[in-house]
Amino acid sequence: MTHQLVLSLISGVFIAGAAAYVGTLMLSRKMAVVAGPLGHLALPGAALGLIYGFNLSLGAFPFVLLGILVIWRLEIKTKLQMEALTAIVFATGVAAAFLFLPLDKAEAALIGDISHVGIYATLAAVILCSAASLAIWRTYSKIMLINIQEDLARTEGLNVKLYNLIYLLSIAIIVALGVDLVGGLMTAALVAIPAAAARNVSRNLFQYELASGTFGVISAIIGIVAAVFTGLPAGPLVILMSAVIFSLTIPAAKAWT
Amino acid sequence: MAEVLLYVRNLSVTMDRSPVLSGLNFSVTEGEFLTILGPNGSGKTVLIKCLLGLLPYQGSVDWHKKPRIGYLPQGLNQMSVRDMPLTVMDFFTLKKRKRDEAFTYLSLVGLPASILEKKAGHLSGGQFQRMLIAWVLVSRPNVLFLDEPTTAVDVAGGETIFSLLNDIWRQQNLTIFNVTHDLNIVYAYSTHVLCLSRLGHCCYGIPKEVLTPDVLKDMYASDVKFYTHSGLSAG
Repeated sequence: MTHQLVLSLISGVFIAGAAAYVGTLMLSRKMAVVAGPLGHLALPGAALGLIYGFNLSLGAFPFVLLGILVIWRLEIKTKLQMEALTAIVFATGVAAAFLFLPLDKAEAALIGDISHVGIYATLAAVILCSAASLAIWRTYSKIMLINIQEDLARTEGLNVKLYNLIYLLSIAIIVALGVDLVGGLMTAALVAIPAAAARNVSRNLFQYELASGTFGVISAIIGIVAAVFTGLPAGPLVILMSAVIFSLTIPAAKAWT
Repeated sequence: MAEVLLYVRNLSVTMDRSPVLSGLNFSVTEGEFLTILGPNGSGKTVLIKCLLGLLPYQGSVDWHKKPRIGYLPQGLNQMSVRDMPLTVMDFFTLKKRKRDEAFTYLSLVGLPASILEKKAGHLSGGQFQRMLIAWVLVSRPNVLFLDEPTTAVDVAGGETIFSLLNDIWRQQNLTIFNVTHDLNIVYAYSTHVLCLSRLGHCCYGIPKEVLTPDVLKDMYASDVKFYTHSGLSAG
């Protein structure tokens, strides 16, 4: 196994595993679709990375964070549906990106470039994904209670604003890192598909979290290794592998529901 | 003699520049089963959200001693969690409660241990509400807020739930704030009633004393026909 493949696998496993784990909460809050527009909003940042030669995720992170804050504030101010707001954010992100995205180098920003990830980016992915996953793990039951009913969570004494902030920051980190793995166009799939597949086969919350993380990791490993053998880009292969796993879980969903 | 638990003075709430509640005054004694009665849009849910500290208001809400609150919010039913792979046990785990503790409280509301492994979203409306009551009681509250707890339940199931709540109220010396449209519930279970109308009028007291045909007419802004448990009819 080459040194580069090891780095790609380590990055991919951590990013996909963390994305799939946080995806279980996003799916239960019907927020999985939000990761898509946030990924698109990462495109201007990724474009800056391409122009000035720094890591795509590093460029993406402030834009994703800004996107989350904009959606959060707009939802409070306008009372518009999350879907409408994410559509606005999506359009803004894509329009801004294509104003100055160097199109000859756009592929990495659009579909990811994990096959060329460096040692420092890998290290950053490991540390940030571990931190985000740990934060989510420590607060999982509280965020799930907020997802079920916010007022109920408040009367149970939870600081809803604090937990929402931790949750949104974790999403911002993972979506920004997801740009490296699958690009700005497919980050929603990275969080939504493993969680949806896990929901099909899970009987309880523990199985749901475990299955989602496992499906994310398996998709990343097979997708990245398949990219080496086929010469195709790893990002789309990771997502297609997730889709294959999801389709395999459909019979279990029918039996369960 | 029971102590006063809550004083509400001059409580007013404005939403979208329209008054929802204005100048409300009442006090609640420990151990009361208070029903908050009124038509849609009269501010019942807004009032309990103010008492719970979930909404801003003018005026004062003073708890005599810090209550341990349990809350059954409006609209939370089995359909709300249908898409989540949450078992009944998972619900209790969200509160870090152990299996035997969950079972104790499920037994109290008449649910079997086998229900712990069932998906919460697959319970019937009545089972879900009873599960939720057990979930709220496991924190050992001394004050319960119930916001239309039988909305997603059929009539027989609703009566079972109120009968159960009445038993728990007596056994555990709870103070209950219950929101409903249902006059039968007021007469059957409540020690006190607080009625709200869209016109801003209100009344407070013992149901049979304060719920006169004129008060009901004013509250619902129309003629109301009702039957008390003693068979009295008015309209």
